[in-house]
Amino acid sequence: MQKVLPAGCVLHEAEDLSPYECDGLSAYQQVPMAVVLPETVSQIEQILTFCTKQKIPVVARGAGTGLSGGALPLENGVLISLAKFNRILDIDTENRTAVVQPGVRNLAISEAVSDHGLYYAPDPSSQIACSIGGNVAENAGGVHCLKYGLTVHNIVKLEVITMQGEHLTIGSEALDSPGYDLLALMTGSEGLLGIITEITVKLLPKPEAANVMLASFDDVATAGQAVSNVIAEGILPAGLELMDNAAIRAADDFVNAGYPRDAAAILLCEIDGTGAEVADQLSQARQVLRSSGATEIRVAQDEQQRAKFWAGRKAAFPAVGRLSPDYYCMDGTIPRHQIADVLTRISELSDEYGLPIVNVFHAGDGNLHPLILYDANIDGELERTEELGGRILEICVEAGGTITGEHGVGLEKINQMCIQFNDHELLQFHAIKQAFDPDGLLNPGKAIPTLHRCAEFGAMHVHHGQLPHPELERF
Amino acid sequence: MSDNTDKTRLLCDQVERACNSKTPLAIRAGNSKAFYGLDVEGEMLLLDGHQGILSYEASELVITARSGTRLSEIESALDEHGQQLAFEPPLHSDRATVGGAIASGLSGPARAFKGAARDFVLGAKIINGKGELMKFGGQVMKNVAGYDVSRLMVGAQGTLGVLMEISLKVLPKAEAETTLVFEVDAEKGHQWLRDWLHQGHPVTASCHYQGILSVRLSSTSNSIEQAHKKMGGETGASDLWPQLRHQTHPCFQQESLWRLSVAQSTAIHNEEKQLIEWGGALRWKVSNNDLFEQAKRLHGHATRYNINARSSDEIFQPLQPSMLAIQKRIKQAFDPENILNPNRLYKEL
Repeated sequence: MQKVLPAGCVLHEAEDLSPYECDGLSAYQQVPMAVVLPETVSQIEQILTFCTKQKIPVVARGAGTGLSGGALPLENGVLISLAKFNRILDIDTENRTAVVQPGVRNLAISEAVSDHGLYYAPDPSSQIACSIGGNVAENAGGVHCLKYGLTVHNIVKLEVITMQGEHLTIGSEALDSPGYDLLALMTGSEGLLGIITEITVKLLPKPEAANVMLASFDDVATAGQAVSNVIAEGILPAGLELMDNAAIRAADDFVNAGYPRDAAAILLCEIDGTGAEVADQLSQARQVLRSSGATEIRVAQDEQQRAKFWAGRKAAFPAVGRLSPDYYCMDGTIPRHQIADVLTRISELSDEYGLPIVNVFHAGDGNLHPLILYDANIDGELERTEELGGRILEICVEAGGTITGEHGVGLEKINQMCIQFNDHELLQFHAIKQAFDPDGLLNPGKAIPTLHRCAEFGAMHVHHGQLPHPELERF
Repeated sequence: MSDNTDKTRLLCDQVERACNSKTPLAIRAGNSKAFYGLDVEGEMLLLDGHQGILSYEASELVITARSGTRLSEIESALDEHGQQLAFEPPLHSDRATVGGAIASGLSGPARAFKGAARDFVLGAKIINGKGELMKFGGQVMKNVAGYDVSRLMVGAQGTLGVLMEISLKVLPKAEAETTLVFEVDAEKGHQWLRDWLHQGHPVTASCHYQGILSVRLSSTSNSIEQAHKKMGGETGASDLWPQLRHQTHPCFQQESLWRLSVAQSTAIHNEEKQLIEWGGALRWKVSNNDLFEQAKRLHGHATRYNINARSSDEIFQPLQPSMLAIQKRIKQAFDPENILNPNRLYKEL
């Protein structure tokens, strides 16, 4: 590796490796055998060819902000950091696209094109820090997904190298491509199919106008129903976020957002578009929220107040972080009409386990983010938290949803994959993996469980109590 | 709601038998897009009759239907709630099905502005080439568990799996719609269009043909009125858009028609006769020679598009060798005996 890479780009001393021992899910830690920081595509190719020859597993890492352990290193593996691929290569205002390297930060793209009146729509809450390469690998979402889509809807082309060193150009500047849609397959593949070396993202014109309103509710279920009512009315908000009382108070304490501290829940409903659209739809949404049982509705009077309303939501995670030594963030997604029911069941589980849960989430997408508060220093509390988290995900699957809306499976939710998918489906995933990476060297052990692992997980589950969801097919 | 018939079991059995006996299957639903691909020789696998809307709740913005369900049935169900398939799939005949729409991946005039068929697929139930029934994705807006197999099915024309059920995201229809027309040459017209898009005007379709640029606006009435003031132009006939969408416009009846998909800003030569959609990204032109080389030079791709004739010539842009190799391996991963619509897209797949 040192022959291929410039001095300082191969790390192997213990103190150099430790910053890479985990990603945003710090509950899992593993020091890799070595970390490499390539600077060119040809260096990546040489590293991959070398590792393929030596049968050394490889894990790619962007900014390391992922929440599912997708970039967790392997003890016997090489970690490729793409931090040095941090340049914006081209901004094309005519086609409204930008060509960027994978290590470019999500927000840096919007900042770079801001003077052209453009922006990159997906905005995961880590957007200050997370890299666009990681966003593609995880199919990252954010607050604006309902209207503007996930990463998969906002990229047009990728340059990829497979573990065998093959270069693939996937997608194009045209709006479609011949053959299979590998752009969709690659997005969200969690670094298992190839290393992304370049991304062409779609840019959108900044909306002429945007405004947000804050609606308070006496109970969470009413707020959940109001979400469905807004959508049923034909309004497509740019953002529709729900916070429960614990989240309201935590956020208000932290950034003084001026939230109604006694409300059981609030909805933040943002409308954007042309000036006339915003005015028309805000008044329409206001009516729907009112008739859905909102006790108070405030429309931001100016840009400053709008920023303040959002500040509380954006600071909610760190604010909750102040309530407890640790918290564990879940990512299940459910059909919107199930929100009220599922929240009730989550609150029952919280009581059962004696672990407080705070809810702040993308209600418009049905994408829940229950935050389980725990203390890792108390013996066994992390394990109980993970078990509680697992049960929440099972409820989401049962409600017709999924174990992960935008954070990815990684290592964290690999057991719950056995609940969402049957053996045929898992084997199909493995067959796809094999088409790209026949030796299984790229990020092995993540995202897709082996059937063996599922069999063990199933057995363990029965052991602890009754088998969840006896109605689901099992093999 | 019309007939509700589940043929899943029968179809799984037929695929499994075909796999065991290595018999190629020609998959067919409404058979309205036979022209869009090479002929498949094999035993018929008929999806016609495997139909019915399985769930639709307007507040969820999701509809789930069996693949043989007619698009017209789906659209009238959505219409009742003021919703639509925003990618505007073409109905080449009233027999067109949702399975065919997704398998072909064709999108209508709104594509450049609202998204493509693939953008609205949330989940699919499929039968792979071994006769195994599998479900990927789901009915929720966001789902990143496992590879995105349901979107991979879009445009694969059944060569990776037989579509059984499909869940699609639907969108509310706009309160109002207006068509504006401008007498302007193609090059200049598309510069205007790019400016309008940049300014955030609610453009949801564009067409330049024979010296006239037509633009569709969809939004609230107030917003459209404001946009019209800023953009200028005369109001025009809105029946152009269904003609483009369903490809009944005279342009599509021409022989030797080619579909050229390129970047929006690709240079336009005014002297060239063509119909241009998608803000410049989709160009329809007649040519007796194949346009694959030209498309490649423009970093796009070309498709032979003769609605009224079957062709034995290549229809889709040839793939680069490394791309073809990976696509063959993906085909192998889903259909190891190569029985699902073999040759439909490419002779090698």
